[in-house]
Amino acid sequence: MFANIDATMIKAILPVILVVVLGAIVLVLDLILSEKSKRNLGWVTAVGLGIIMFVAVAVAPSGDGELLWGGMIRYDLMSFIFMEIFLFGAAITALFAMDFHTISKRGEFYILMLASTIGMMLLAASADLIMVYVAFETVSIPMYILAGFFTREEKSTEAGFKYFLFGAMASAIMVYGLSLLYGYSGTTNIYALAKQFQANGISDGLLIGSLLLILVGFGFKISAVPLHFWAPDTYEGAPTPVAGLLSTASKAAGFAVLIRVLVVAFPEIQREWGAIIAAISVATMTLGNLTAIAQKNMKRLLAYSSVAHAGYILIGIAAVSKTGVSSSIFYLIAYLVTNLAAFGIVAATWRILKSDKIEDYAGLSRRSPWLGLALMVALLSLAGMPPFAGFITKVYVFAAAVDSELIWLAIIGVLNAIFGLYYYLIVLKVVYLYRSDNDDQPLPVTRPYAVALVVLTAGIILIGTFFAPWFGWATTAASSIF
Amino acid sequence: MQFPVLSVIVFTPIIAAIIILLIPSDRKTETRVAALAAATFALGLSIWVYFSYDVQASGYQFVEKYAWLPQFGISYFVGVDGMSAPLVLLTGLVMFTGVLISWGIDDRPREFFAFLFILATGVFGVFVALDLFMLFFFYEIAVFPMYLLIAIWGWKVTREYAAMKLTLYLFIGSVIALVGALGMYYASGLGTFDMIALEGAGFSAAFQKIVFPFVFFGFAILGGIFPFHNWSPDGHVAAPTAVSMFHAGVLMKLGAFAALRVGIMLLPEGAKYHMSWIILLTLVNVVYGAFIAFVQTDFKYVIGFSSVSHMGLVLMGFATLTSDGLLGAGVQMFSHGIMTALFFAVVGMVYDQTHTREIPKLGGVRLVMPIVTIAFIVGGLVSMGMPGFSGFVAEFPIFMGLWDSYPWIAWVAVISIVITAAYIIRIIGKVFFGKIPEEFKGHLQDVRVLDKVALVLLSAILIIVGIYPTIMVPMVQSGVENVLRLLGGA
Repeated sequence: MFANIDATMIKAILPVILVVVLGAIVLVLDLILSEKSKRNLGWVTAVGLGIIMFVAVAVAPSGDGELLWGGMIRYDLMSFIFMEIFLFGAAITALFAMDFHTISKRGEFYILMLASTIGMMLLAASADLIMVYVAFETVSIPMYILAGFFTREEKSTEAGFKYFLFGAMASAIMVYGLSLLYGYSGTTNIYALAKQFQANGISDGLLIGSLLLILVGFGFKISAVPLHFWAPDTYEGAPTPVAGLLSTASKAAGFAVLIRVLVVAFPEIQREWGAIIAAISVATMTLGNLTAIAQKNMKRLLAYSSVAHAGYILIGIAAVSKTGVSSSIFYLIAYLVTNLAAFGIVAATWRILKSDKIEDYAGLSRRSPWLGLALMVALLSLAGMPPFAGFITKVYVFAAAVDSELIWLAIIGVLNAIFGLYYYLIVLKVVYLYRSDNDDQPLPVTRPYAVALVVLTAGIILIGTFFAPWFGWATTAASSIF
Repeated sequence: MQFPVLSVIVFTPIIAAIIILLIPSDRKTETRVAALAAATFALGLSIWVYFSYDVQASGYQFVEKYAWLPQFGISYFVGVDGMSAPLVLLTGLVMFTGVLISWGIDDRPREFFAFLFILATGVFGVFVALDLFMLFFFYEIAVFPMYLLIAIWGWKVTREYAAMKLTLYLFIGSVIALVGALGMYYASGLGTFDMIALEGAGFSAAFQKIVFPFVFFGFAILGGIFPFHNWSPDGHVAAPTAVSMFHAGVLMKLGAFAALRVGIMLLPEGAKYHMSWIILLTLVNVVYGAFIAFVQTDFKYVIGFSSVSHMGLVLMGFATLTSDGLLGAGVQMFSHGIMTALFFAVVGMVYDQTHTREIPKLGGVRLVMPIVTIAFIVGGLVSMGMPGFSGFVAEFPIFMGLWDSYPWIAWVAVISIVITAAYIIRIIGKVFFGKIPEEFKGHLQDVRVLDKVALVLLSAILIIVGIYPTIMVPMVQSGVENVLRLLGGA
């Protein structure tokens, strides 16, 4: 069978292979390195992932996508862009993890994270229901462990366990839905499903029913209402860098597969799934934003805010158009950079304060002006203020909604943006206005945090001011599946 | 290639903000000097733009256009016309005087000036924007620093409440306008945010009637239109002096200007349809604002509500949709901007010495602060619309325009001038003249030299425009003609 493997097939999964190699290197180094120098595994992981990002650019697909590896994955720009998103997210998370609590001494953290990243990359590329399921579990299982990584801490264990129970249930329901699709069509290939549904005369009702079952699994990954319950508890208890990864890369993986399955496999019931997604979007952003207002804990606030952002991203998908999908992908890129920065600052602050309570952020801008400024950039970007990434991307998803004549959805979106601004400003008020007893004690930031936060803050401003390249990426990615 | 003067003006403050942030936080004097240098530079350029604008040629000048996001029809497109050139100058002046009178800020001056300058970049950006997206982009940049500026450096009693109220009001307005703007973008079918192209898009009358209120009110909230004016006095009062100056002097013009540029100029049919009732709201602004100002006992609230009243005149001038009304409104934006900046500077200076703003508790300020007193009187005369001061040049044409189209509104609106005279004279009499209360004797000092420079500069401008209106009126007139052309000579 190896005779059939050609260069394109290797190119398609080269980044994935390289991540596997990187994982192996980290594993070996973990055994060789002394306790003291184990911290450097974080640098190895981050730099390695950075290099893989460049390699991925070199093997980026050109032109139309093609199905490879027996139709298991699709080699197209959409999967390429998402691969870059995951690699970047994982690299930054590795930097955040280095000095976080006891992680610096434990190499398995990085290996688990890389394993999950592999799952995400394959999930975004998968073109087959079997592959979807396998990749989905590859993302989830290491994440369950990572969320409960601090086994001696009750909250972390609880976080991991809750995430696991929810995830297991969601994926069971999803796999039931996937099996129904196979029953209707006799094929597992996503790209063949639509034709088979038509050939076999499957009614729309049946399709919608099984689509809803599948959406349970995807909705869990993207923490859409009503499958968001795990998010606040898990984010709060999980190690902060893991929470950051869960809310960005892992969520992006969910969106990647959601977009592909909806657009490719269900063109027949476009109007119906557009309406379903619009309804989920409204519920998700409204509930997320309203609940976030009342939060006292920074990580819970970011958890609900990340639920709300899932809602904004869904607006683009609900528009059922190339513009819409492109706006969702653009939003994901901006959101990745912004939310990682927010979680990174929370992690860096926790190291000194040992607290995630918002009230304990008082005096942050006096103790560390740069950290305060970075938090301001991140939160204002989440709120959708220029010149930060969140502004153009919010405008673009709303524009996509208006373009598809969903003006009501755009209006609900902008009203939500107002709630959002309110609670982000409350945090900024605490950071800038209130004083604490330790105002004169500086809040040191270690080098990995400094590097990562500088990269992210620069990224937020760069995306927010020079839109054209990222916009171009998002548009080409969207064209590759339409 | 022509020197990109407008871009330099727009980006000078934000670059200065970045440089200021890099200065170590204990180097407070260096921070202030850097801020003053940047403000002087921006002021110099805006004066240059103002005086080298060719009134004969009119139209948009100093135009620069670069592709920003061509796939989405967004460009970086700037230029000034007769309407916006005075406002650019106004911003430069308020920024410069604002830095001068903020010399004494001691709590994190580095962050203060940085945020103030980010705000200034936003304001300059809106006034020169000829691209609809770009206008929103800079508009939002002007909104969020206000929150921190008021919340951190504001008056301790109400700052948190006022800052949040102001920010949310303005944000709500801008996002509502944004939905309208996106509707315009798609309805035009041109695939561009270029406002000059959109002027000729020929939107259907039905579309204009629906979208106009979104866009107009979205922006006019920042112009303080009744019943959405409530954020403004609270915000003015809570803000530190320089921010009040910026806020009432420049930001409210931002709202009025954007309402004109995007609302009236792009949707003229919608404007014609809706203005007949909007003018009633502006009448409420004018009269009710003046009346509320009259009954206040807090010095700063008096000025805050007087801004509501005067901005009502600007919007009323727009609402007449006549040549005179628009001309008056254009001059009033400049005149009121300078005047109110002067007022807030005076209030801040008096408060810094006396630590109270209760009018009944004050008195005899003239004895220790003669220049402050003269400046306030100049501002007061402007505010009453006395001939020989810029206020007359602005308000007289507004009333002329009103007289043509809505004579009875003109009659009612004139009442506001009487009330204005009453509250201004009351303040002059009680605060500046009268006897110094016992508790202040020996405590009060005159203001710093820098403060005096700021006051003299602002007062001089009000008088110059008043006695030599030719310096501004023809320029604004050329801008008005462009608006009238779009309105179809109404």
